[in-house]
Amino acid sequence: MIKAVMMMNTQGKPRLAKFYNYMPVEKQQELIRGVFSVLCSRPENVSNFLEIDSLFGPDSRLVYKHYATLYFVLVFDGSENELAMLDLIQVPVETLDKCFSNVCELDIVFNYSKMHAVLDEIVFGGQVLETSSAEVMKAVEEISKLEAASNSISLVPKSVSGWRGR
Amino acid sequence: MSSSSTSIMDNLFQRSLEDLIKGFRLQLLGESNFISRALEEIRREIKVTDLSTKSTALHKLSYLAALHGVDMSWAAFHAVEVVSSPRFQHKRIGYEAITQSFHEQTSVLLLITNQVRKDLNSANEYEVSLALECLSRIGTHDLARDLTPEVFTLLGSSKAFVKKKAIGVVLRVFEKYPDAVKVCFKRLVENLESSDPQILSAVVGVFCELATRDPGSCLPLAPELYKVLVDSRNNWVLIKVLKIFAKLASVEPRLGKKVAEPICEHMRRTVAKSLVFECVRTVVSSLSDHEAAVKLAVAKIREFLVEDDPNLKYLGLNALSIVAPKHLWAVLENKEAVVKALSDEDPNVKLEALHLLMSMVNEDNVSEISRILMNYALKSDPFFCNEIIFSVLSACSRNAYEIIVDFDWYVSLLGEMARIPHCQRGEEIEHQLIDIGMRVRDARPQLVRVSWALLIDPALLGNLFLHPILSAAAWISGEYVEFCKNPYETVEVLLQPRTGLLPPSIRAVYIHSAFKVLIFCLRSYFSAEESTLSFSAQEFSSASSSMNAFTYESILNLVNVIELGLVPLSGTHDVEVQERTKNVLGFIGMIKQDLAEKLNLQDSETEVFRVTAFMEDVFSEELGPVSATAQDKVCVPGGLELKENLGDLEEICGEFLKPVDSVSYTDKISFSVSKLRIRDQQEASSSSSPPHEASSLLAEHRKRHGMYYLPSQKDDPDSNGTPNDYPLANELANEISPDPFNPKKKPNQSKQRPVVVKLEEGDESRNPPQAKSNIETVNDDESLSRAIQSALLVKNKGKEKDKSETNPNSGQQEKEESSRIEDHQNSEKKKKKKKKKNGERSSKHKSRGRNEVASASEQVIIPDYLL
Repeated sequence: MIKAVMMMNTQGKPRLAKFYNYMPVEKQQELIRGVFSVLCSRPENVSNFLEIDSLFGPDSRLVYKHYATLYFVLVFDGSENELAMLDLIQVPVETLDKCFSNVCELDIVFNYSKMHAVLDEIVFGGQVLETSSAEVMKAVEEISKLEAASNSISLVPKSVSGWRGR
Repeated sequence: MSSSSTSIMDNLFQRSLEDLIKGFRLQLLGESNFISRALEEIRREIKVTDLSTKSTALHKLSYLAALHGVDMSWAAFHAVEVVSSPRFQHKRIGYEAITQSFHEQTSVLLLITNQVRKDLNSANEYEVSLALECLSRIGTHDLARDLTPEVFTLLGSSKAFVKKKAIGVVLRVFEKYPDAVKVCFKRLVENLESSDPQILSAVVGVFCELATRDPGSCLPLAPELYKVLVDSRNNWVLIKVLKIFAKLASVEPRLGKKVAEPICEHMRRTVAKSLVFECVRTVVSSLSDHEAAVKLAVAKIREFLVEDDPNLKYLGLNALSIVAPKHLWAVLENKEAVVKALSDEDPNVKLEALHLLMSMVNEDNVSEISRILMNYALKSDPFFCNEIIFSVLSACSRNAYEIIVDFDWYVSLLGEMARIPHCQRGEEIEHQLIDIGMRVRDARPQLVRVSWALLIDPALLGNLFLHPILSAAAWISGEYVEFCKNPYETVEVLLQPRTGLLPPSIRAVYIHSAFKVLIFCLRSYFSAEESTLSFSAQEFSSASSSMNAFTYESILNLVNVIELGLVPLSGTHDVEVQERTKNVLGFIGMIKQDLAEKLNLQDSETEVFRVTAFMEDVFSEELGPVSATAQDKVCVPGGLELKENLGDLEEICGEFLKPVDSVSYTDKISFSVSKLRIRDQQEASSSSSPPHEASSLLAEHRKRHGMYYLPSQKDDPDSNGTPNDYPLANELANEISPDPFNPKKKPNQSKQRPVVVKLEEGDESRNPPQAKSNIETVNDDESLSRAIQSALLVKNKGKEKDKSETNPNSGQQEKEESSRIEDHQNSEKKKKKKKKKNGERSSKHKSRGRNEVASASEQVIIPDYLL
């Protein structure tokens, strides 16, 4: 099972944080800080795995990848394979790259909702359900369309009729 | 009118999430200011009836909660409102908020049941997906129970997009509501034969989790899973199946033989490192008895170790450490790579290498490995340095210093560790120095030498972490002073002004040790005098008494040095230091007069001779190691009510009675027991009894609190001849004779291993047993596994029925299971060109019998072909 997915920049500012078991927000913030303090002390070109039992309890592993100004972090337990998890990080990153053509930190900052849509297609309740970025793209586009459609219906009565009604 | 217009104004001028994020980036206010302003806004907007405004507010709140740790539990009801909106966008925001913030105790949780059901039945697969995601994250017992029918329906969905998520949600539903297993299990199992890799991957993932919780319950599915293992070429699926088999093999060892070959096949075939690694891990952790498989796995590990990729190197070392306990040869084969990894720049790799290196330590190579490691410790960063020190300390002390032959060497190593600049393991080193002193008689001279070197090193006094080591060194120089080359210098070192840098508790040890040295010097001076006078071979003779030819002047000098060093301390604030000081000064006061007046001190009538002899007696008792379980060995005497009358104990002790954790508790008890024993023996041996008033007070106290004491006769089980299987540590130390030369062990060893006092039990029990936690989790999952087992029973019976209806010769129902398997075996056999026909026939034969037994006892049927 995947326990948590996080993205944070190299200053330690979280850009995305999802915990698959309920956790109070204070605890979440503590964990994010804890993970960052470990990550930022690691040199370049070393392995991407960390033993992280001290933060997430026994049988916890962490894999991370460093992209330009961002860390992408997955926390998982013994029923996942470390190298497969490392590959899995590539899936959302690839998808985002397709979504925003050359994704950068700003895209992620401003597209909070889309980030979640992408991630939710890949990891479902802590289980990996999709590993093809094409499939993820398809679903995310569909969701965007649905959202836009529901918005366009809403815009007309809300603004126009509302103003007239006065 | 006014309310609707404000809502419209709110809506028009509402800041969207994007505006909020932009505001953050401008950082005009401080961050916390900005958040509290935004929260104010949200609290206002979220109360508006318009769902668009409400949902935007909720969205912003979710964002703040996820990334800035803002509490959003207060908005739970609003999330329920938003989720009921007919618009997809609102729904998504609502579900997002719910999955993020709801938990078992959320009071409005039950309000969403109907909405979730509605969305699960929606024609729009994306709405279904939202509801499924929500259920998989926050599903409770009630939700799972109420929505099981919907989940069951969705398991049969024709859309893979929905179906895979329905499979995923089953895990949560089963976990919270085990009765759902009866409903959904069959459909779930059917998917093991799905040709869609997505579906297969999802269902294997679910079974992997189920197998982790209770391997036994998934055992009957072994044939289906085996088929997946052989047929699938999807790495994700294979990894999960391997994980399942690793779990199953732990409860059914016979499975190992069956799966070893296909796993090796994958190992040889695949190029995907993740799959190779999973195969390796499965083999080394669960199939470690299958030699060929292990050999192949170790070969693969070696490939990992020589890669440049630090990830592979790390995982390779990781796998080696799993294999190490059973196949040490695998580690030895890769020793060079392991040692090289010690200087890797990756802390993970270094640590892993260190653990591996420690796993191969034995009595032949311990000094070589320690030498290598000490060199690394000197040039490593503080963290790794201490990891190294700790590993060496714990490996060497394991099982009462089992692997140490040359204690002189080891004691010097301990001294060396103290000088490593980053060393922070003072307490452990302290413990070992003292422990060796007590256990290993032959190591004492070297201990005293090393202690001396530590005590005179001015650099150590300033290092906080090393103070415990100095404490041990001081204690050793006092306790084993007879091995000391120059007691005079020892006293000088113990009382040097710089000891002011030490904490009072350690200073007290210094002073007390100086006292012991003084007593020793006086005593050996007297005995030397005596022996020169009487020319009789005195019993009392220490190894160095001839060396330390004390003269009257040197004794006088010594006393003066001590007095000079201690007088300033008699006014310190710390009671412990003060008391020790006063004790020594008091003693000096007693003897000083005699010393100054008479030159012939050998007269046994003098005060000084008497007190010295008395103190000598006090100090002469040798300390030995005490078993941590010593207290348990004391049998409870008849008539002692341990559990009763403890009510008034509280009155007596009041608030001083605080719960202590078990470890320190036993430590304390054993310590006091040892003290008691020593005191008893002292009382017995030295005729000088305590003053009368004190003993009468003690007697009165005993009378008053008598019920808390053991009967005085039985105080020491040895004294009244009751059988006692627990040897006194001190006696043991005295009685043990030097080990007879043992040619079998170490013929080339020039030095014999000294005797190490070892208590059969209790030496290991310093660490409390920690195996308890497992039981609880088992209990948690018990209902689930029972449900799965009964579901499997039903499933198998159903199949039997099916077959018996279609099959005319249904008389051999018990063959059903084996025939089902045979089908598969046949196809497999074709691939393998009909090898080993005879062997399989015989195994089939065997299995039939077993099957009958299984069905007769109504147990879970374990498919036999795998066994």
